[in-house]
Amino acid sequence: MATEAAGRSARYQGFGRQRQKELLQAWWRRLEAAPETGQPVAYLFISGAVEEVLRAMGFEVAFPEVTALNCAIRQVSADYILRAEDLGYSQDVCGYVKNDIGLFLSGNRSPMGRLPRPTLLVCNYAGCRVYIKWFEALALGYQVPLYVLDVPYVRTETVLPTDVEYVVGQLQEFIEFCERLTGRAFDEGRFRTLLANARQAEDLWVEVLEMARHVPAPFDAYFEAVYFMAPIYILRGLPETVDYYEGVRREIQERMELGLGPVPEERFRVVVEGPPPWPYLRDFWDMFKAWGAVTVASTYTKVGGLWDAAGVRHDPARPLESVAEYAMHCYVNWSLDHRRRLLLDYYRRFRADGFVIHSVKSCKSFAAGEADFREAFVKELDIPTLFIESDLVDPRYFQKAQLRNRIDAFFEALEHRRVVGISTGGRVTSNG
Amino acid sequence: MGGRFPFEDWADRWSDLSFGEVRRWRDRHPDGKVIGTFPVWVPTEIIHAAGALPVALYGGGTLIDIEHADARMQSFICSIARSTLELGLRGYLETLDGMVFPSICDVARNLSGVWARNFPRQWVFYIHLPENPESRHAVPYMVAELRRLVQGLEALTGRPVSSEALWRSIELYEENRRLIQTLYRIKAEEPDRLSTCEAYVLVRAGAQVPVEEHNRLLTEALGDIQARTIHRRRDRVRVLLEGSFCEQPPLDFLWVLEEAGCAILDDDLLLGRRFLETTVPRGGDPLEALAVAYLRSGRSTAVRYEGPTRRVETFLDRVRRLRVDGVIFAYAKFCDPAQFDYVVLKEHLEKAGVPYLVLEFEEKMTTFEVIQNQVETFVESILFYT
Repeated sequence: MATEAAGRSARYQGFGRQRQKELLQAWWRRLEAAPETGQPVAYLFISGAVEEVLRAMGFEVAFPEVTALNCAIRQVSADYILRAEDLGYSQDVCGYVKNDIGLFLSGNRSPMGRLPRPTLLVCNYAGCRVYIKWFEALALGYQVPLYVLDVPYVRTETVLPTDVEYVVGQLQEFIEFCERLTGRAFDEGRFRTLLANARQAEDLWVEVLEMARHVPAPFDAYFEAVYFMAPIYILRGLPETVDYYEGVRREIQERMELGLGPVPEERFRVVVEGPPPWPYLRDFWDMFKAWGAVTVASTYTKVGGLWDAAGVRHDPARPLESVAEYAMHCYVNWSLDHRRRLLLDYYRRFRADGFVIHSVKSCKSFAAGEADFREAFVKELDIPTLFIESDLVDPRYFQKAQLRNRIDAFFEALEHRRVVGISTGGRVTSNG
Repeated sequence: MGGRFPFEDWADRWSDLSFGEVRRWRDRHPDGKVIGTFPVWVPTEIIHAAGALPVALYGGGTLIDIEHADARMQSFICSIARSTLELGLRGYLETLDGMVFPSICDVARNLSGVWARNFPRQWVFYIHLPENPESRHAVPYMVAELRRLVQGLEALTGRPVSSEALWRSIELYEENRRLIQTLYRIKAEEPDRLSTCEAYVLVRAGAQVPVEEHNRLLTEALGDIQARTIHRRRDRVRVLLEGSFCEQPPLDFLWVLEEAGCAILDDDLLLGRRFLETTVPRGGDPLEALAVAYLRSGRSTAVRYEGPTRRVETFLDRVRRLRVDGVIFAYAKFCDPAQFDYVVLKEHLEKAGVPYLVLEFEEKMTTFEVIQNQVETFVESILFYT
């Protein structure tokens, strides 16, 4: 976060955080009002979300993942998780699911607002099989229709044309299905407007992300970007989201002009892999700030879209094709080989000193094989890599003292490398 | 292996880390390719039609400790993923020319990526099976995916795969499934004639041998089984075993269940061996026929989505049809799909008033006292209190 203005006065600082809060609050109020207004509500997932399609039919959308992480931030996830475990869920399965089931069993009164019943559950199955299991359980609980949109994994060098055709075909069927369900027509014109807005927001978001290449980085691409990313995932396609990213770009540009950044003096630049520990986000960030460490790129912020790396955009000229391509290009829907190359690309282009892999037990889609990244980075490329484990929602797995020790040891070692003159690839040369 | 039950020595056929059966096949087929498959279901017919030997891997079982794989797959990942990797890292799978991973779960999917990096000499194929069976685009999509597998194998073997070869392989595997289904029918109708331990070793014996040979072995075994004089055993409860479709419990685990008084009428062990429950429709394109068979008659399980109701309906139907006294959920530690399904399925059992027991296993577990105790209590509660 920006702390000191060097000389000139800051005009735009704090916009990204403040406006995000307002946008999300307005969204919650719309969700809360839905039962009275009769607006249909679809639950869906962040990764590969087809929200433009739903909004073009008058749906409001809710994201159980977002509800879960908000419960975690507000320190209420533990109770919900225990409630789900009482029902029979294993201690070892995804905490987001358990948080959500616990919340459902408790009457859906979340700290953010009251979650309306879904009209429809849309499992945009991109990058996570647990998504299906999650919504199967909700379908049983709510007794509402579930639609599984099958988004193939990116398992070949480039996306296969037959995969795109498959997803486009399903999207056409999905639209017919929703029209039958709600009696509302799909508004083609509105759809194109939503896509055009989405595209603009995506361009701006990529521009913001790329600003972290600057040394020192004007913002933290993990600890701050997880807030900045919310509107493009939750409210993509709305005009206020375009305005939001214009504002964020202004804020970050101003930081560069004024020499502001997330830490008073940047000493280390890292690329972070894996989701954050939401219940202890601030504590976790402090452990990095203490070392003057800044995240310059992260993969978690790409779970809902790799607009930077894949170059995809929603596109009113190729409406369904662009939605299909977008859905496939979400971070955990990429093969491990693609993921590893992306991490290395970030390391080099953003001139990082090393990797931090935060491996979370809840999300095997993210985590399974992350240890192999470390093997590749450390053993084959001699890139400093910190590997730590906790969870993204379950506070029982966050061992504060242990994590701090590991983080301290990592940065001490980085400092030592610098003293003895071992370059840490990315920072010294731009092409590694 | 001791001799606790007939056919127990068949277990030697797969619990051999030197992969003797595979090496013998290689001796007879010097140019042949050997392709490993990860559970649950892979269209093995296609591998066979390409002239390669499909080898079904089911992890390291009780045979190895995990040392090297820990550095690649974290401790909260299921054992089968880590022990399969361990087999590879220790060099036991040098005999493989390739591996096929199906889209059963996030872990198997990511394992395919770890595999590709750690074993660059091997051809690694990840198959994304359709999850939207209600879509009219599911069949063409799956045909394209199967064709991609064919093309990959053709590139590997340097030989084209003909339509005739595909139909021949489809028929051989259909015969294999018919024989296995016969075993399961006997087990369900006359549990005293055939135990689950026996059926298990007979089915699993096909993991590393050509399907033709497995068919021959099964035909002989079935003859022996049919000719047996059966002794009626003491009172046992009729159970359905659910949740062990991927990582396999140790044989001792099944032994304990049966010894504790369970007649296991059906299960989902080694599910891929009998995944397609009806014949593959004849005529036309064999790949399309396989796709249709998978989508229309593939076994209902936790690792595929089949529309909102089919999974629960087929499960409850099985419970009713077999007239079981109870269900034993036996799932592997850290197996997400089985653990999630358990909650949904047991909710339905509670509504239907069917008793159930849940057991968590690991492939390498060695002590069974606790499980034995739980199962005996479960059996007693059914025999005497319901």
